[in-house]
Amino acid sequence: MDFEFSAEQVAIRDTIRELVQDRVAPRAAEIDQTGEYPKDIERLFADNGILGIPFPEEYGGISGSSVTICMGIEEIAKACASSSLILAVQALGSYPILVAGSEEQKKRLCPPLASGDRVAAYALSEPGSGSDAAAMKTRATKHGSDYVLNGTKQFITHGSVAGTLVVFAQTDAKEDHRGISAFVLERETSPWKVEKLEHKLGIRGSPTAQIVLEDVKVPAANRLGEEGAGFKIALAVLDRSRPGIGAQALGIAEGAFDYALNYVKERQQFGQPIAAFQGIQFMLADIATQIEASRHLVYRAATKVDSKAPDLTKVAAMAKLFASDMAMRVTTDCVQLLGGYGYISDYPVERMMRDAKITQIYEGTNQIQRVVIARALLR
Amino acid sequence: MGVLIPREYGGAGLDALAFAICIEELAQACASTAVIVDVHTSVGTEPILLFGDEEQKKRWLPQLASGELLGAFALTEPASGSDAASLKATARRKGDGYVLNGTKTFITNVGHAGLYVIFASTGPDERAAGVTSFLVPAGSPGLRVGQVFDKMGLNGSPTGELVLEDVEVPAANRLGAEGKGFVVAMRALDSGRIGISGQGLGIAQAAVDEARTLMRDGGHDQGDDFTLADMATRVESARLLAYQAAWLCSRGRPFTRQASMAKLHCTDTAMQVTIDALQIAGEEGARAGSPFGRHMRDAKALQIYEGSNQVQRIVIARELVNAG
Repeated sequence: MDFEFSAEQVAIRDTIRELVQDRVAPRAAEIDQTGEYPKDIERLFADNGILGIPFPEEYGGISGSSVTICMGIEEIAKACASSSLILAVQALGSYPILVAGSEEQKKRLCPPLASGDRVAAYALSEPGSGSDAAAMKTRATKHGSDYVLNGTKQFITHGSVAGTLVVFAQTDAKEDHRGISAFVLERETSPWKVEKLEHKLGIRGSPTAQIVLEDVKVPAANRLGEEGAGFKIALAVLDRSRPGIGAQALGIAEGAFDYALNYVKERQQFGQPIAAFQGIQFMLADIATQIEASRHLVYRAATKVDSKAPDLTKVAAMAKLFASDMAMRVTTDCVQLLGGYGYISDYPVERMMRDAKITQIYEGTNQIQRVVIARALLR
Repeated sequence: MGVLIPREYGGAGLDALAFAICIEELAQACASTAVIVDVHTSVGTEPILLFGDEEQKKRWLPQLASGELLGAFALTEPASGSDAASLKATARRKGDGYVLNGTKTFITNVGHAGLYVIFASTGPDERAAGVTSFLVPAGSPGLRVGQVFDKMGLNGSPTGELVLEDVEVPAANRLGAEGKGFVVAMRALDSGRIGISGQGLGIAQAAVDEARTLMRDGGHDQGDDFTLADMATRVESARLLAYQAAWLCSRGRPFTRQASMAKLHCTDTAMQVTIDALQIAGEEGARAGSPFGRHMRDAKALQIYEGSNQVQRIVIARELVNAG
């Protein structure tokens, strides 16, 4: 087992770290307060090749490795969880093409995403179909060489800013998981309607859209895999993207801990820094230990995604579950370490605590992760 | 507003247990409203009940009981939080009265209070032994509101700085003897913790009830069942601790340790239970405007104010180690 990153990965990480600390960190509080999508940061990531990380070189990208994606997400999330979703959802929305697309589809659809000219999004959930994804109602009906899509998709991260949207829909009247197919919608030719944007507890700079599809035409050439293969594709994609949510949670926790650690060394009470008190020291030790354990699980899972290990489903679910539960606890404790200052918006840790909550919920709630893990254990 | 104030001064004349239940009920609907009433009733009013002379009681309590005046408590300073004895605000003798200077921070009800209980040092090098408490009405020349903070939660309850610039306070508004202010503050916080426990219980109970409704209407499996059972059990244990502390206080028995245990357990419970409830609600719960998100944001403050939960642990351990 290898605990070292390659020289190339370290170089990519250091570049991202520097860029994020210089350009993203100073914007993070404002992005949260205004709740506006930071288009400038999307541009910054595109110009610096960060949006090309999810793609192998032959499709115009620079990596395609889950380990590298996770390193990028972690670095960005340390400063700004909303901005980290720009990379995380680029990966999520592109995985269906990379996992299930034909060579022609990959060559046609990936390069504009890898260059950052377009961003991708992934539309699986519906108002009445969350954890129970197979219950979806969106329909795709074949008309000649096109499909016509109708339905509503819910909680679609970046659904309002994406140029490429992967949509899952029923092509079979039986409407169970065997009838679901996957389609790639390009905004210019298959425009979708953004019905509304959600106001949220956290990750407020990352737009979450409700999308309405009304007779949207999609060429059959943009169907991924066979008819009925969609549910398998959706699950395979989530297996691969979950370590990324683990990495996001890890970054949020590290960002909060970095801040809190400096604070307790400087804050004086009872004539000494509060870091001198054993009660505080125990909190620091527990936080650091939890972060370290999560980091190994996240990168272990990412390594398994890269090597297509047979147990990747289970380990990816464990990484997402463990790291996101950790981030919620750790950010709550970091607010506590700052006391009253932790609770007010002049300091960053309350934002990080609000941002942490969603990592326990999206890309499969942590209840679903437990179901996935238990199913793998009992198989 | 006059739950704890005796009837002769226009209040309801009820005890600490009634007060805890009152704050619990308010917090079940709205934690911001609960903390406004809690701070007014406990740390904003109780010091006068416990340490005021007859003249002070007659002058201030009826207005506090009727709600004409809102109470507030100004102890914390930018560099003096958990270490309250290190406060820097000064009260200098001038003729028959005092002149107060300094900056107080994290003052609940700031800007809306009509009467502030303010702690300042009359013996700057004596730490706790130099602290004196004063009753300072809003509108006193030199008393002004500084920054009002944007916060994570409790957004209906203003929190901010109170700046004192040569505020003249007559000796008649000194609460208790010179140098006894720290005793006033600590006693006020002891029973204040009962109110915060009630607030934690109310928030936690609301989260349990909303999760329960969601599960009853929307279906549930065993994973959610286990979470809900743990949540309800924690809230029940927390409630009993809070009521025990209130019961001891009402009977005039020592309750410092029990109040700290109640505050620690009720507020940690509120934090955990609101996170769990939001998790049961899923993504719908993370929308702005969802009660689940609000409960979680509100709950965090409770682990911090009226003595952070680290301070509660110090108090509990001190009481345990020092006891016979």
